[in-house]
Amino acid sequence: MSLWNKHAILEKNSIILTVGIIIVVAIGGLVEIAPLFYLRSTIERVEGVRPYTPLELAGRAIYVREGCYNCHSQMVRPLRDEVERYGHYSLAAESMYDKPFQWGSKRTGPDLARVGGKYSDEWHVAHLANPRSIVPQSIMPGYAFLSQAEVRPEQIEGHFISNRRGGVPYSPEQVANAWGDLRAQVNPDAPTLAAFQSRYPGAIVRAFGGNTSAAANGTVTEMDALVAYLQVLGTMVDFRTYDARANIR
Amino acid sequence: MTAQAQKTFSLAEAGSMLAFAATALLSLVIAAGSVDQGYTFHALVFAAASVAAIFLIGNRYMARPVSIPLEIDGKPNYNMEPVKFAVWASVFWGVAGFTIGLLIASQLAWPALNFDLPWTNFGRMRPLHTSAVIFAFGGNVLIGTSFYVVQKTCRARLAGEIAPWFVILGYNLFIVVAGTGYLLGITQGKEYAEPEWYADLFLTVVWVVYLLVFLATIWRRKEPHIFVANWFYLAFIVTIAVLHLGNNAAVPVSIYSPKSYIVWSGVQDAMFQWWYGHNAVGFFLTAGFLAIMYYFIPKRAERPIYSYRLSIVHFWALIFLYIWAGPHHLHYTALPDWAQTLGMTFSVILWMPSWGGMINGLMTLSGAWDKLRTDPVLRLMVVSLAFYGMSTFEGPLMSIKAVNSLSHYTDWTIGHVHSGALGWVAYVSFGALYCLVPWLYNRKQLYSNRLVEWHFWVSTLGIVLYISSMWVAGIMQGLMWRAYTALGFLEYSFIESVAAMHPYYAIRALGGAFFVAGSLIMAFNLIMTVRSGEEAEQEPAAALVPAE
Amino acid sequence: MSAYSWLAGFAQTAGLLYFVGMFLAIAAYAFWPRNRARFDEASTIPLRED
Repeated sequence: MSLWNKHAILEKNSIILTVGIIIVVAIGGLVEIAPLFYLRSTIERVEGVRPYTPLELAGRAIYVREGCYNCHSQMVRPLRDEVERYGHYSLAAESMYDKPFQWGSKRTGPDLARVGGKYSDEWHVAHLANPRSIVPQSIMPGYAFLSQAEVRPEQIEGHFISNRRGGVPYSPEQVANAWGDLRAQVNPDAPTLAAFQSRYPGAIVRAFGGNTSAAANGTVTEMDALVAYLQVLGTMVDFRTYDARANIR
Repeated sequence: MTAQAQKTFSLAEAGSMLAFAATALLSLVIAAGSVDQGYTFHALVFAAASVAAIFLIGNRYMARPVSIPLEIDGKPNYNMEPVKFAVWASVFWGVAGFTIGLLIASQLAWPALNFDLPWTNFGRMRPLHTSAVIFAFGGNVLIGTSFYVVQKTCRARLAGEIAPWFVILGYNLFIVVAGTGYLLGITQGKEYAEPEWYADLFLTVVWVVYLLVFLATIWRRKEPHIFVANWFYLAFIVTIAVLHLGNNAAVPVSIYSPKSYIVWSGVQDAMFQWWYGHNAVGFFLTAGFLAIMYYFIPKRAERPIYSYRLSIVHFWALIFLYIWAGPHHLHYTALPDWAQTLGMTFSVILWMPSWGGMINGLMTLSGAWDKLRTDPVLRLMVVSLAFYGMSTFEGPLMSIKAVNSLSHYTDWTIGHVHSGALGWVAYVSFGALYCLVPWLYNRKQLYSNRLVEWHFWVSTLGIVLYISSMWVAGIMQGLMWRAYTALGFLEYSFIESVAAMHPYYAIRALGGAFFVAGSLIMAFNLIMTVRSGEEAEQEPAAALVPAE
Repeated sequence: MSAYSWLAGFAQTAGLLYFVGMFLAIAAYAFWPRNRARFDEASTIPLRED
């Protein structure tokens, strides 16, 4: 009996050890993570940030798929040289619908948080296809294959629902029209254009990948999607109206 | 037990065969409905692996005796077959992972090597490298050594017969699915957590079984005390499970799609990611390998650890502090300042337990330093501690916000990671592999100690080239980005900083090539140890030896 | 009160006491004279062979 008792305590010790480890490692995580969800100051109050359009979201998935985050950050720090080089420092609000976040950890290439509108679509298409044709010293890989790959319906259908479950405020109407809206954004002559623009006020409509006739026929390439995403990056907030003092944390 | 005991299917055998049959069926349904070619391929891989598993379990049933004794003649009947598999898997993935690292390092120096194909571009290859070295090489070393150490220090046979094999084979299947997924464009886009939802779910099952095997083996122990190495292994297993579940919480688009969206967004996702990311360093690459240190260095030096009591303080201090350090990856970002300050504070304090552990390992050799001259394997492990000390000093330094504003986003970070990964993790792993192969295969010694010397010097040269070139590159980048002319304009365009990196990227690739060469020498040496090494003397039958 | 100052106050009082307390408890456990024999015994576990 006494031997049995002793053994039972020993067996319990490994459980006590396991539970102790869990408690110890849980404390740090809880203290650092949990407040971010309920402190209102975590995400600045700011006008203009909207969820991505279907085309932008599909483009973002391509950005993730190709591992762009391995070399490009999307996070301008509030340091003098960064603000002068890239633009206003990044706000938490600007990535509040980003799943996953793509702040990155390495700048083998420049930061992309504010690349939207800096270069023309033609520049992006030519640069993505062959970076060294535009920037001779670049070490970026080429992505010419994106112009050959058509965006398929399954690259957007169902994706809005997953985002909604994770808290992105897409309306049922936006969810239902995702595939049609994706094609409308590359075609300024699309019959559904007005409906698209009412669902996504301010979204840019044009054949981002440069192939206007294909876009008019309802063919969207991965190049269209990726460039659409790059062109919206960092453009949603109007910093002329942003009050930094109101958001000191 | 009567002599005529009938051989019957055990509950584990029958249950796992049923589970694999169900998995095979589910995989085929998914393969039929999949919307993505890569995902179809993965579903078929899972189906084939499940069928193979059923076949293997059946085969094993036919071959096994009626019951497998836990002890033979009063000595534990150790189960070292899964450990042997893990050893060779480590060697294979190590060489493969270092080689891919050499390739991507060369791509940065000579971009034509990207070939501009989807599956060869840097963006898809880099996660393949990080996963291959951390999870495939490091993971197999950890699982293999943990199964060895827990048996030896508990003097008990590994719990379960099918479960340990499920852990080691399932883990390697996860690696294959994850790695091929990156090349096919299936990724979650979170650093060091790239595998998509279905691979993550499968890993969760494997990991829970791993924890159970480990705990159940501890419950069988003959020693009253749980040896401290097992504490570190346990912290590694438990914490990685917590981190994995927290960071990978995702909503799949559908069961037929490989794509999912993380439930967290933006700043919260960033915090989750680096809470995970830094503790993958702390609990996978540190706690697990410290367990190796606490068993293999005393064993190899034939002396007990310098201070067992220090190891207890080391353990609790390390796991208490490490978990807080994540936010130092997010200095000056949109993460609130209070979290950044916490991360910096704990990162700096972390220096102390890290060096406490290092000193404990190093001082184990006090009075036996001469062994470093005669035993190159021990030297490898001691040098790994020196690298551990160096990178755990550099880490807290880089976590200070003022330093970080320069070092962040640059190659300094890459150099820092590699001084830890190559110098500490890989070296202590090499040491453990050099120990394990002769022990597992009952060989007197390694095939060649001279080749260990060669491995040591060639790869040390590689590490020195690697980290010194990355220090120069990183600090230069950081300074160029913030340089101003006398008139107050930014002095350099970004591309000028890229062009300035070329010589350092070339030197780094050369260092990587040395490291690959070293690993090939090791692979050759280990294979030859098994193929042509001299058998160790057979121990006298245990029954004849009086109890200690 | 901002989140930052609240947290700084908490960390410098309760948090500090908590960590110092935990550290002292662990150190006491590890260095308690009566535990010494047990730990010396445990440190030789890897060296025993069977």
